[in-house]
Amino acid sequence: MKKLQSENIHFWQGTEACAEAALKAGCRFFAGYPITPASEIAEHLARRLPQFGGIAIQMEDEIASIGAVVGASWAGFKAMTATSGPGFDLMQETIGWAFMTETPCVIVDVQRLGPSTGQATKCGQGDVMQSRWGTHGDYAAIVLAPNSVQEMFELTIKAFNHAEKYRTPVILLADEIIAHMREKITVSSTKGIRIIDRRKPKSCDKAFFGLEEIPSMPAVGEGFNVAVTGSTHDAYGIRFTADTQVHRQLVERLNNKIQNHVADLSDVETYNIDNCEVGIVSYGCTSRATYETVEAAENKKLKVGYARLRTIWPFPEKIVRRLAETAEKIIVPEMNLKQIFYEVERASRGKADVISLNKIGGGELITPEELLKKIMERTKN
Amino acid sequence: MKTEVRISGLGGQGVVSAGQILGRAAVYDGKNAVQTQSYGAEARGSAAKSEVIISDNKIGFPAVRKCDVLVAMSQEALDKYVKDLRKNGVLIVDSTYVKKIPKTKICKKIPATEEAEKIFKAKMYANMLILGALTKIIGISEKAVERAIEDTLAKKVVNTNKKACRRGRDLPQ
Amino acid sequence: MSGPFSIREYLRPLPLPFCSGCGGLTVMSEFLRAAYELGHKKLDKFVFCSGIGCSSWIPSPHFIADSVHTLHGRSIPVATGLKLMRPNLNVVVFGGDGDIVGIGLSHFIHAARRNLDILVIMVNNMVYGMTGGQVAPTTPYKTKTTTTPYGSFEYPLDAAKLAVTAGAYYVSRWTTAHSKELKNSIKKALQMQGFRFIEAISQCPTAYGRRIGFKDSGEMLKWFKENAIEKTEKANEKDLAGKIVVGEFIQRKRLTLGETMQRVIEEAQKNEN
Repeated sequence: MKKLQSENIHFWQGTEACAEAALKAGCRFFAGYPITPASEIAEHLARRLPQFGGIAIQMEDEIASIGAVVGASWAGFKAMTATSGPGFDLMQETIGWAFMTETPCVIVDVQRLGPSTGQATKCGQGDVMQSRWGTHGDYAAIVLAPNSVQEMFELTIKAFNHAEKYRTPVILLADEIIAHMREKITVSSTKGIRIIDRRKPKSCDKAFFGLEEIPSMPAVGEGFNVAVTGSTHDAYGIRFTADTQVHRQLVERLNNKIQNHVADLSDVETYNIDNCEVGIVSYGCTSRATYETVEAAENKKLKVGYARLRTIWPFPEKIVRRLAETAEKIIVPEMNLKQIFYEVERASRGKADVISLNKIGGGELITPEELLKKIMERTKN
Repeated sequence: MKTEVRISGLGGQGVVSAGQILGRAAVYDGKNAVQTQSYGAEARGSAAKSEVIISDNKIGFPAVRKCDVLVAMSQEALDKYVKDLRKNGVLIVDSTYVKKIPKTKICKKIPATEEAEKIFKAKMYANMLILGALTKIIGISEKAVERAIEDTLAKKVVNTNKKACRRGRDLPQ
Repeated sequence: MSGPFSIREYLRPLPLPFCSGCGGLTVMSEFLRAAYELGHKKLDKFVFCSGIGCSSWIPSPHFIADSVHTLHGRSIPVATGLKLMRPNLNVVVFGGDGDIVGIGLSHFIHAARRNLDILVIMVNNMVYGMTGGQVAPTTPYKTKTTTTPYGSFEYPLDAAKLAVTAGAYYVSRWTTAHSKELKNSIKKALQMQGFRFIEAISQCPTAYGRRIGFKDSGEMLKWFKENAIEKTEKANEKDLAGKIVVGEFIQRKRLTLGETMQRVIEEAQKNEN
């Protein structure tokens, strides 16, 4: 089975699809620490990575795991870690360091129910804001949220591609339900999947931390004498810890290289957004109720449209605004206490009534019946 | 055409692997399938269930609320979930453990654990006897089920599991 | 080698980060002298990794080499990723006592346990110098620091002993008053493979020495010299008590993490074919 499966139909678990996609994207290093519900990714890669000459190692904690991942990336290889809430907490400082040093890497957060140990085996969507603002300082995050096993595969590859293209850490914000479900998945041939690799420097290049929006990236051992630091640095990697301009230039560029490319980064599944009475904005496992709900509402002669976010951050504001311009109401179902809700409200600019539908505890999904009830109840008013 | 199946019992009875094989077999038969599972707090002895939705179309909501087929491998599981079985739904029970069955339900009684002990000298094959009967009822091909067993279970136990599954298929319905 | 050793050949033309009299400069120059004497005219076979603290500035960004300046305490995990994926490079970690055996202690133990093939040089000044002289896990009992104004009420950690217990390949300790021995130990360690740990007891006249009554760094070096005792077969616990025990503590043969990992890769690939 060393050869990557091509043109095949499988029945895979979400974690398995994520791990196989990492291999396909060219990941050759994984470091992680056991945690429910993400451990299966580590287990799968522990078996598979060595078959490709790659390395999977269990570190002493999540801090060490993400540290080793950043090290492997500077060694010139695509690298990944996978964790859940408590481990994601521990990784935040290093995610900030990876952002500041412009290190491509992928962090998979399989969300479970917090805060703290909460309900460790149950599903939640409580890390949405953490994935955006988890580290200190001004920071721009790229966060993708799959809603099927097929997307665990596709968005993992996309996460690696974004990481390499934008030279930044990318978060795959999965959840317990999507990670643990088994589902039909079609894996197309390698040829059909676009794989992006980081831009390597020319031999005369010296500015690996500036001058261009996204600078080229050398690896250690290639003779570039690269100086990597999380402290404020100039285009050549030299520390400048007191200069106002150097800091402003660096941090603005790091934020802009993501914020200026929202159009490229936005990935939203839409339906009827320009012609609906009620809109739904959803993501991850919660969005799985949307499809049946829309059908049921249409049977009741109600036009419903939806924007289902595959990219959560940067927030695909424009599409949500478009939805707000036609829909009178927008329902935001979430398995947290209004984390995306306020973003939708902000993007809507008062053009639609934004209504929250929350469910936390026990890991139970918001059902199509509950979503439909919310739609109908508000429409009657 | 959409079939929603819930396989329930106690941890250690193999309800999760039965669900996994069922979903995989359906996919090998060219259908869409999604499988989810939930356990109690402990790995063994507490309530466990596995749900499979099989459909010719894309599957949206992945959890089963009302099922077309309910498999109960323990009395506790039957008591808990029988209310979720659709009006014309089929109930499949391991009659070794499940004795009290509501009269109104269409019920297939499979003495799975008893048969497994008798033929294979191990209770653990009961789930495959059930799977054999189940896949026959919902129309999954034998070929797909056997391939799914091969792709799901460890090599050394594949043959016995296939035999148990065939036995379940051949039992009078 | 052409020409005598010149430290400038190895350094970017930047102002050095050390306070006057800092032991960090001694460790920096003895390391570079060791590399020079081993024939490294350039540092292109090395990658340096450091955390946060004064001694983390020894390599970064001063050395003309690849250097990765990480977070506080996290140099060893980052070095793990670097070394496993670039096994041909010499990975050298510089860090202080707070960085390596304070906040980063568990990484230190686990890297020694795994026998990760890196050299860790810990500059032990017995205090958190950069943040202004707070108590460290290495501060001697009863010593006054800014966070132990009545004297430290904790016992210090013996990092070298811990490294030996955890499974390090090579462990030594010297002070900045033993620059020749320190250099020779670095030279020796640079030629070995496995987890190598060198502890350099160093003076911080600014945040430590002057607070406990030393007039300048010279006095501290004198104190090191007078209090150091070399560990020999014969020396018993009683002789060593209250002294700075220097010397080599272990040298053993074990497979490195890279080697055991390579076996796993071969096994995985064999089973596939």
